[in-house]
Amino acid sequence: MIHLPILRKGKPYRSLTVSTTPHFRTKEPFVEMSLANSGLIRRDMLDQEESWRILQGFRVQELVDITKRAGEHYLHDTLPLGDAAQSPEDYIQQISATTGLPHAMVRRNMKKIYGVMAEIDAVLSGLTRGMDMRVLDDGYGAAGGHAVSFFPRGFSLGVVLPSNSPGVHSLWIPAIALKIPLVLKPGSAEPWSPYRVIQAFIKAGMPAEVFGFYPTDHGGSGTILQSTGRCMLFGDVGAVKSWKNDPRIEVHGPGYSKVIIGDDCVDNFEEYIDVIATSIAENSGRSCINASGVWVPRRGREIAEALAERLSHIVPKRADDPDSRIAPFASPAVAERISKMIDAGLNDPGATDVSAAYRGANRLQVFDGGTYLLPTILHCESPEHGLANREFLFPFASVVEASHEQMLHAMGPTLVVTAITHDENLRSRLLTSPHVGRLNFGAIPTMKIGWDQPHEGNLFEHLYARRAFQQIAVDAEHSQPVGV
Amino acid sequence: MTPTLDTDLELRANQVKERLDAWTREIVQWHFDPNSGCPFWLNWAAEAGWDPRKEVHSYADLDKFGNFQDEWLRGGPVRRWVPKAYANSPISTFETGGSTGVPKSRISINDFRIDYELFSETLTEEHFPKGADWISIGPTGPRRLRLAVEHLAQHRGGICFMLDLDPRWVIKLIKWGEMAMMERYKAHVIDQALTLLKAHPNIQCIFTTPKLLEALCEKVSLKKLGIKGIFCGGTEMTPQFCRFAVEELLDGVYFAPTYGNTLMGLAVHKPLSADDGYAIIYYPPTPRAMIEVVDFDDSTKVVEYGQTGRVRLTTLTKEFFMPRFLERDECERERPHQMYPWDGVRNVRPFSRFSSSVVEGVY
Repeated sequence: MIHLPILRKGKPYRSLTVSTTPHFRTKEPFVEMSLANSGLIRRDMLDQEESWRILQGFRVQELVDITKRAGEHYLHDTLPLGDAAQSPEDYIQQISATTGLPHAMVRRNMKKIYGVMAEIDAVLSGLTRGMDMRVLDDGYGAAGGHAVSFFPRGFSLGVVLPSNSPGVHSLWIPAIALKIPLVLKPGSAEPWSPYRVIQAFIKAGMPAEVFGFYPTDHGGSGTILQSTGRCMLFGDVGAVKSWKNDPRIEVHGPGYSKVIIGDDCVDNFEEYIDVIATSIAENSGRSCINASGVWVPRRGREIAEALAERLSHIVPKRADDPDSRIAPFASPAVAERISKMIDAGLNDPGATDVSAAYRGANRLQVFDGGTYLLPTILHCESPEHGLANREFLFPFASVVEASHEQMLHAMGPTLVVTAITHDENLRSRLLTSPHVGRLNFGAIPTMKIGWDQPHEGNLFEHLYARRAFQQIAVDAEHSQPVGV
Repeated sequence: MTPTLDTDLELRANQVKERLDAWTREIVQWHFDPNSGCPFWLNWAAEAGWDPRKEVHSYADLDKFGNFQDEWLRGGPVRRWVPKAYANSPISTFETGGSTGVPKSRISINDFRIDYELFSETLTEEHFPKGADWISIGPTGPRRLRLAVEHLAQHRGGICFMLDLDPRWVIKLIKWGEMAMMERYKAHVIDQALTLLKAHPNIQCIFTTPKLLEALCEKVSLKKLGIKGIFCGGTEMTPQFCRFAVEELLDGVYFAPTYGNTLMGLAVHKPLSADDGYAIIYYPPTPRAMIEVVDFDDSTKVVEYGQTGRVRLTTLTKEFFMPRFLERDECERERPHQMYPWDGVRNVRPFSRFSSSVVEGVY
């Protein structure tokens, strides 16, 4: 069995405590990971500044070059995997084995990770609004005609990662080019990507000391969140609850992303069904930027019927089938619990499982050893229904009927809103809403992201703070203070 | 013929078993004699309709009692547990649990002293020198540990320094998700310890818990402070923690992990070994208490050596009789050892079937 060690400042460490993750289909142990005890993590975090100093020895442009080279290694090369080696094809199959994601989806996620590395210039430009990155090398400089200076808010970025989809790894990768070391806690079912990205960076010339890789338990995750200067936390409602008010931690919980159709466009809903269906079902509904709600002022039932019919064509296929569009749950028990939760919610009047008529009453299906939840579209008569604003780890959405005013009042925190409307009042209200993380005007899939448009927090602003800065030039001829 | 090691061990294990059977008979006679027993067990026997003094002839016969119910220890009157023979002695009561609801109480007169004096015999002069002072960095209040560690120090000719630590507050902070406050409380405890350690150079021995040991070692080198031995317990320890402590925290200071609780007493450890994967192997203070490993679904059945099961405790002292108590822990059954020729337990950890409801804190 493959064994993944802890990486302590890049050095492999084999723990006496291990966890095993099974193959989703055979249920046989597939990968074993060394688990770090909390004290070990805490001890390693005592001298984070040393790793940070290593990165200060590079100019940003050098780190950008390394990141680009690492992207190529990540996509194309055979890289170390514990004591073994991992080809790109091994990587795809291993992710699929422990998460259930079909190979085609893993490949798409792989390209997304590669994309952030290959286009790191554009990513940094988006994060810093086009700032000359030499500012970070020199500590100060000019941006938009003003003196600017930034200081790091911490000596490392701790990231507690999820297992649902590899695409999330694109969010923390730019930290290296921003001169901040990484302390990663992988998800139990998806250790593959962070480990491979680290190995790609090392092969590209990055000192291993700037990487920590700590598979650990709940307590160890807490230690990472407490001990690193800045953090990202991915998790469900329960996991992020304790940390959401800590300003050091950027919390990535459920997205509750939505497609909103205004009263002016709803009569043409057939034109948007493709975009909405893609928003719901791409990546098997596993992303926080998948739409879990379609909010409309009227004709909700018709829209739900059209979506249910469209998504009913998505059926389980073998993992290596290039047309496979839905992933099984790594844990059948989780699928069963989710399905029961939906059924319990449907006992309250005002909501209907519209998909039942197209795929049969039972949304839970076993195929080739995997347990699936088939696409499910609900129709909710009002936003007050308990299932109107829920998010689950499969292609699921509620079509909710609500007036514009009700939408704005009831939608709550929403990571991505695709607003299909020309109604200026609705657009204006969405633009000023504090609840919307990413706003698309027009029929743009919620899943479509641009590297220059960071959402759910800006990594640069998370890692750096701006200070007021002025100086008297050494040259007497330029002795006026710079800046304000 | 000279006996081989195994046959010698087997011989000694049989002697231990005979001693345990005899001790069981003596203890049962004591607790169910109206002149010496406690009201709880005398009433129990009256209601049960059988006389343990006539029917218990061996340790195995204690199965006739069924499992001891921990609810019996919650609430009063606590004096129903005081044997008549000790009615006029000074009585202590120690508590376990109690983060929410009524804690379990166990009365004690001298048991904690006897247990820790026996444990003292397992400590070496090199690592726990006679006359050295101690510091107890662990739970205080109604915990048996608070008096027991102090007695251990005094028994070895030392003085025990103390600090305040309320583990129930720590558990509440964790349940509330107040992790930052929990860290501040831990820092408060460690600050108290560092002040004492730096002010009293004759402190050479420490009792503490795993998490507090980690926190302490982040601040100082215990070796440089003159510490020679660490007696560690109070919460679960994994082999990985022991390895980490030995390899990275202690600079050669001796590390003695222990397993114990208010109800059973204190088990001694087989010395840690890297060759054995730092397995933590404990042996109970037989015949005063037994730790057995029983089938998860049939608590009357002791599992085979090396098999995993639930921890079952039996306490057999003249102060306290507790047959067949199912603990919230699991482990593997371990073979007798030359130093301790009776069954032991390996790698005790929280009972996995209760894992979602068990909260362990810093203490």
